[in-house]
Amino acid sequence: MYSRSNWEDTIVALATPAGVGAIGVLRLSGGAAISICDTVFRGKKLTEQISHTIHFGRLVAQDGAVIDEVLVSLFRAPRSYTGEDVVEISCHGSPYILRKAIEMFIAAGARLAQAGEFTLRAFLNGKMALSQAEAVADLIAAENETAHHTALQQLRGGFVLQIAALREQLVHFASLVELELDFAEEDVDFANRQELAALVQNGRQQIRVLLDSFRLGNVVKQGVVTVIAGRPNAGKSTLLNTLLNENRAIVSPIAGTTRDTIEESLVIHGIQFRLIDTAGIREAADQIEAIGIEKTWEKVRQSAVLLYVFDAAAIEAVDLRKDLDILQTQEGRNLVVLANKVDLLTEKQLSPAIKMALGDIDCIPISAHQSKDIDTLKEHLYQLVVGDKVLKDATMVTNARHYESLLRTEVALEAVSGGLEQRISGELLALDIRQALFFLGEISGEISSDDLLANIFSKFCIGK
Amino acid sequence: MFHVEHCAFPIIIRIFAAKKAPSRMFNQYDVIVVGAGHAGCEAAAAAANLGSKVLLCTMNMQTIGQMSCNPAMGGVAKGQIVREIDALGGYSGIVTDKTMIQFRMLNRSKGPAMWSPRAQNDRALFAAEWRNMLEQTPNIDFWQEMAIGLVVKDHRVVGIRTALGIEIAAKSVVLTNGTFLNGIIHIGEKQFGGGRIGEKAATGLTAQLLELGFEGGRMKTGTPPRIDGRSLDYNKMEIQEGDEPSGRFSYLDTPKPKEQRCCWITYTNDKVHELLRTGFAQSPMFAGRIKGLGPRYCPSIEDKIERFSERERHQIFVEPEGWHTVEIYVNGFSTSLPEKVQYDALRLIPGFENAKMFRPGYAIEYDFFPPTQLKPTLETKLIENLFFAGQINGTTGYEEAACQGLIAGINAHQKINEQDEFVLNRHEAYIGVLIDDLINKGTEEPYRMFTSRAEYRLLLRQDNADVRLTPLGHKLGLANDERLTKTLQKINNASTVLEDFGQWSVAPDDINALLESVGSAPIERKTKLLNILLRPHVDMQLLAGIGRVGEYLGQFDELALQHAEIEAKYASYIAKEQEMADKMSRLENIRLRTGFDYKTITSLSAEAREKLNRIQPNTLGQASRISGITPADISVLMVHLGR
Repeated sequence: MYSRSNWEDTIVALATPAGVGAIGVLRLSGGAAISICDTVFRGKKLTEQISHTIHFGRLVAQDGAVIDEVLVSLFRAPRSYTGEDVVEISCHGSPYILRKAIEMFIAAGARLAQAGEFTLRAFLNGKMALSQAEAVADLIAAENETAHHTALQQLRGGFVLQIAALREQLVHFASLVELELDFAEEDVDFANRQELAALVQNGRQQIRVLLDSFRLGNVVKQGVVTVIAGRPNAGKSTLLNTLLNENRAIVSPIAGTTRDTIEESLVIHGIQFRLIDTAGIREAADQIEAIGIEKTWEKVRQSAVLLYVFDAAAIEAVDLRKDLDILQTQEGRNLVVLANKVDLLTEKQLSPAIKMALGDIDCIPISAHQSKDIDTLKEHLYQLVVGDKVLKDATMVTNARHYESLLRTEVALEAVSGGLEQRISGELLALDIRQALFFLGEISGEISSDDLLANIFSKFCIGK
Repeated sequence: MFHVEHCAFPIIIRIFAAKKAPSRMFNQYDVIVVGAGHAGCEAAAAAANLGSKVLLCTMNMQTIGQMSCNPAMGGVAKGQIVREIDALGGYSGIVTDKTMIQFRMLNRSKGPAMWSPRAQNDRALFAAEWRNMLEQTPNIDFWQEMAIGLVVKDHRVVGIRTALGIEIAAKSVVLTNGTFLNGIIHIGEKQFGGGRIGEKAATGLTAQLLELGFEGGRMKTGTPPRIDGRSLDYNKMEIQEGDEPSGRFSYLDTPKPKEQRCCWITYTNDKVHELLRTGFAQSPMFAGRIKGLGPRYCPSIEDKIERFSERERHQIFVEPEGWHTVEIYVNGFSTSLPEKVQYDALRLIPGFENAKMFRPGYAIEYDFFPPTQLKPTLETKLIENLFFAGQINGTTGYEEAACQGLIAGINAHQKINEQDEFVLNRHEAYIGVLIDDLINKGTEEPYRMFTSRAEYRLLLRQDNADVRLTPLGHKLGLANDERLTKTLQKINNASTVLEDFGQWSVAPDDINALLESVGSAPIERKTKLLNILLRPHVDMQLLAGIGRVGEYLGQFDELALQHAEIEAKYASYIAKEQEMADKMSRLENIRLRTGFDYKTITSLSAEAREKLNRIQPNTLGQASRISGITPADISVLMVHLGR
């Protein structure tokens, strides 16, 4: 318990990605960061320099060998990322130099940082809220533009602000209920049930927007799992290659060429799609193919978007109908039906039998081979995910912990709405409201009865 | 003569020098209670009834059990506290019942957890009854003098020192000084020392406590003017009657009043507000002469006008001070403006046109000691066997004071007899909520109880305080056998009724007419009485309308039936509340090491380090309730605990 030493250490780590680059940045944080750096740095005496300054000098090994010419940035506590003294050393990006420099700092008394330790320290020193610390982790792991944007926004506290607004609203609502309970004798106007119902609806609406954003937020963070499925030789792998503009999958006119699933990443307007090519769905000819087909079904079950491709020129209407019947039972997925090889159709029209088999299912005609209408498909995929949601500036919930808490807040508020409809007594309503406040408090910090009372006293004239 | 006196002095000095304190006038007491307000009286009674030899030391024996402010007991949350005191064997409920001039059950339109008894009392009778009950209690001695200091040896209190210079020895001391410690009364620009108007302030104790290492602070409260009832025109006011029949506070069979007096309601108006504003320049609060913090929920009339300037009127309750006196308490008009401004403004209130004032309202500032310096028993952490109760701990209200006195008195007795501490939990009583809040959160303003402070609100009801607490009080030796017998009978009867109702089915023909009469859907087949009782709008009284059921219920007393009904109807909500409380208290099970130096965790905020070091919470849950401890601080502690 309370192992203090852990937090007193000065830590060091490479701050830029491993590998060869033009420059590589090392970061030191802790009480001894500046003095440790001073022992290997030849230039101005760093311990005598003020915060937020940059200094040129050399890193010199114990044997006097110059390791590199570097720029050192000084940040003194508490005006630094971690809230401790921080030194950032920009070296040339050779793995040898960087490794050597880290070894020198460790020899001088620093310890290699654990994963996320800089951010943990920033959190512990009150430099950022928990949700912001989580956003930093997301930022570092962000694989695409939108995820990066979202993480950045959370870092700036965008989500926190929205939650604060929601919190205020719920506190106000709860106060109105408590007011009636504790101050029945007072000469104040109590909210009527309609007013309360309207308020709780409003709060729920806000939560729903945030909840919706989670689905999108999750997509932004992790990519949309998009499975390409269809009968053998429908052109699934060709479609994948066309979407990616590269020959990733082995294509051939021989049915069953793809025996394993293949996963690739496609970014459309900043949204990442994890494209998964699968073995064709049919009676397996051999055991290996059987395994492949089983995997296909597994992937289909995991997908968020399911691209069903059929060979418009060759498929039997009966088979198409059978496939669609099966795929449509896969609930919760966005099914996109693609009629491939339309370039091979006479008169470029789907046959009446196929049209009939499709029924009212929308179908996008494409030619994967000729890259025909691929842009239409990409746009369709993007719209499917983003819909009419404005991406760039919307606050998004990307954290499962937050999502869980919001979901529970909403469930509790639903009970409040129900209670209002049934006209249950205020102290019973308050039970569900307290529950909602508790769950919201898991994100926003505890909401105590003192908060409610403070709100009551500030808004209502209480006191005989 | 001169010669004799000249000789006598050295002899007296020699006697004193030879015999040193404690003087023979007093044997050593088990418990000395300083102050005889609501806290002091309950503390003295509790310790004495448990068997301690008690000295009640008060500056004025004519003001034992004095109601300094409004002549009323109870109200929302406060009424529940009085019931709890009574269930444990305290006196406040009995004294209130014997001297009430009006009884009302507040919040009747809400569920039973919110029902709150409130009484108007005859101020003089109330004080007289308290003195009478204390005089009838064996083991209590009285001494009228100002205690100016404590006798402390090795961080343990061993007695008190009085203004006459007498040292009285005791094994423990309970301080209940109310508003008297360095009290300063303000009326307009005038200010003078005093503990209540016309009564001296108490000096000396604060300085010594600070010297001993206690942290002290200032608080402020106020009271309205008192009026000659003969000068009021009640025809211009709304009348407010008491409940008929009257209820009561005590679980014992205290007599209910045969008749009741009514109160009246009137309102301020623009003209009143305008006139009051003319005095703002001389207001001790607005001018900053008063440093102490006053309660937000009991603001002065000038505060209300200033902060809620959009309001066109404020409610004024016109409350008689007793059965026979013409004195009137003007509830809602607490003020410290100059007396002439008070007078002129009052006369602009409908019904007050010819009002004569008995005395003006005033504000009072007094010393308190932040209650975070106390243990859950109300013993101070700094000085052993020294207990604090009431306004000295930063609370306000007779009920809040009385229940602390009770707990301090009990624990003073327990401590010196090496018996178990008596601490109530938050789920057991409002008293538990109050003390847990005080010692952990401390308080910036005078602390008053609200039902919203309790996370177990549905459990902490006025109807079941006996069920919750009388067995505990009896085990302790404070609640007598009669109380326990009554309580157990009530519990047994209630469960018998509920069991029988769970078996007993009634036919549609027997009950549908009754159900329809309250707008409840008729039943189609034979249905258990218990299931029908659970319906909204259905109560025992309605079910008694079925001949056989009425006959059956007739054998039980009303309180048992009420208890059964509430238990049945609330059961599912109480379960839900329990679940919620468990969730909130998940941090309660994470224990913290006491005596740990939080200063070493630099990642905590400076405020958190300081407060955690001072309070040394036992659990993470207790830590989270400390004011100024943020969720981030709790996260830091969890990280350090390796969670």
